[in-house]
Amino acid sequence: MKVKDLVKKADLSVLVEGDLDVDVEGAYVSDLLSDVMANTEAGGVWITIQTHTNIVAIATLNELAAIVISSGKEPADETLERAREEGVNVLGSADPSFEVAGKLYKLGIKG
Amino acid sequence: MPVFRADLHVHTVLSPCGDMEQSPRAVVKAAKNKGITLLGIADHNASENVPACVEAARRAGSVTVIPAVEVASVEEVHILGLFPNPADLGAMQGKIHQRLGDDKNVPEKFGYQVIVDHRDNVLGFNDRFLLAATDMDVDTAVRYIREYGGFAVAAHVDRPAFSMTSQLGFVPPAPTFDAIEVSRFADPGEYVDLGYAVIRSSDAHLPGEVGAAYTELELEEPTYDELIMALRGEGGRKVVGYSPTIKVMA
Ligand SMILES: [Zn+2]
Ligand SMILES: [Zn+2]
Repeated sequence: MKVKDLVKKADLSVLVEGDLDVDVEGAYVSDLLSDVMANTEAGGVWITIQTHTNIVAIATLNELAAIVISSGKEPADETLERAREEGVNVLGSADPSFEVAGKLYKLGIKG
Repeated sequence: MPVFRADLHVHTVLSPCGDMEQSPRAVVKAAKNKGITLLGIADHNASENVPACVEAARRAGSVTVIPAVEVASVEEVHILGLFPNPADLGAMQGKIHQRLGDDKNVPEKFGYQVIVDHRDNVLGFNDRFLLAATDMDVDTAVRYIREYGGFAVAAHVDRPAFSMTSQLGFVPPAPTFDAIEVSRFADPGEYVDLGYAVIRSSDAHLPGEVGAAYTELELEEPTYDELIMALRGEGGRKVVGYSPTIKVMA
């Protein structure tokens, strides 16, 4: 499944469009960036309520397919700008992380 | 220029996790015994005991209190705000009160939040849940600290909880903060590439921990202004050393 399919099927909004044709290899839910850094791999989708610019750095470092910001949290302009510069897919959902994870799981994405 | 020792991150009985022995007189006495001249009093999201510590230090002599507060950002990152005087700290405190939730402390579960005078008499209790996070993100908290005339330090950046590193992955290079703080367990030298002055402090919650970690600074005299000059590397004032690094087994 590609990021663009995920956007459609899990009803996500696209806050920053990088490359939506990237394949999704798995998903991870965490709000501690040190934990995300240690436990995600290339192609992963990361669901979080964190919005600090550092999330973009983590996504590029681990070559994540996309960040999904849950609970309708709005990232700061600086975060969005950094994501645009780095070509990182930043998606949004009004649902809390648990619901987003549930939707992805139902779509066949496993950790 | 003479060298002074600074421990800029010490809690009092106002912090719910602070020991009941951690009174203004005990803190000042412990600092004096350890040769600490600049003593930062920083409680969690609160600062009611700063005036008592200032007065206790004035009476004891040889210790200068730096008014401070340890703000918890919405990401649960701890940030120290150092201030030139209690009035400027008070303005920041007003902002923290606005941005902290209305939850009440449950002393039996989290600890008592005791407000005292300089003779250690109990004046009352802070009933807010001070261990909570404010709703200010890191950048907003730093902006307010600076706006109210303070100096913003990323607290205990090497620690596995409530630090930039644990919550937000890493410390961005300068100028996100004005300086960064490491604990007694990290080598300050590992952080110099980030472009910040690095301090080391004890984060003491018990009198026995006060001065267990400190920064050595070359200053004309032990004042807030001279301290800030040293941390900015101005006028020949500078950080010249630290208490030893404690090695822990991995
Ligand atoms: Zn702390
Ligand atoms: Zn502390």
